[in-house]
Amino acid sequence: MKAIVGLLCGIVFGIGLAMSGMTDTAKVLGFLDVSGNWIPDLAFVMGGAVLVTLIAFRFVPLMKRPLLNPRFTLPTVRVIDGRLLGGAAIFGIGWGVYGYCPGPALSALSYMDSKTGMFVIAMLVGMALANKVAPG
Amino acid sequence: MLAYTTPFIGGLLIGTTAVALLFLLGRIAGIAGIVWGAISAQPDNAWRWMFIVGLVVGPVLYHLLAQVPNPQASTLPWWQAVAGGLLVGFGTKLGGGCTSGHGVCGIGRLSPRSLVATMTFMATGIVTVYVIRHLLAGYLP
Repeated sequence: MKAIVGLLCGIVFGIGLAMSGMTDTAKVLGFLDVSGNWIPDLAFVMGGAVLVTLIAFRFVPLMKRPLLNPRFTLPTVRVIDGRLLGGAAIFGIGWGVYGYCPGPALSALSYMDSKTGMFVIAMLVGMALANKVAPG
Repeated sequence: MLAYTTPFIGGLLIGTTAVALLFLLGRIAGIAGIVWGAISAQPDNAWRWMFIVGLVVGPVLYHLLAQVPNPQASTLPWWQAVAGGLLVGFGTKLGGGCTSGHGVCGIGRLSPRSLVATMTFMATGIVTVYVIRHLLAGYLP
């Protein structure tokens, strides 16, 4: 049952990414290119997504437990430290270098472009490296 | 305004999935975290792998059913794909999240950490594109 939930959620998430233009590196880079020919699409994607979570996330955690699991698994770290800032900064640079963040990169695998495959493999290597350098 | 309806609806779908995942499994829909959980063989992992499969299937369905052509393949060189991938993987693992985990879910949870992370990666993303497109234009292979 949980696997089916995972699959269906992944499919809808993937549809959302494709529909919103996040799987199109030209659109993503156009959004980040504020001083050039700015493409505002992605602001609407973020706006739409955050609108839903901002409202619904007020209520969902009030449940005693999620429907199919014994408890909620939520992030517990609360510090804003060098690790968070450095990680986010490095991630943003990589995002700007090619135009994919993790979800759209995986979704774009469906377009069968070999460079997307290289991006995803490099991304997995990058995660493993970070885990070696700074585990946890 | 109509031009932005599709991205907005796409965003609503992404947000709705995040809510469904929290409601059903009690999990945060952060893709970097899901991917790391999957490849580092966390317990109770089937949903993660299936989510990743879904991420790839979703766009196929969308482009087929909505009859929207696939986006143009990137014209950037392969080394930029590799460099971008390495940095994205390293940064999201180190910083504990990506656009979905910090941006969509974290901000939805009103987490100051995620808000700071989101502003940070947006800022460095913007600076990076500026440097590559406007400062280094013509100097890169």
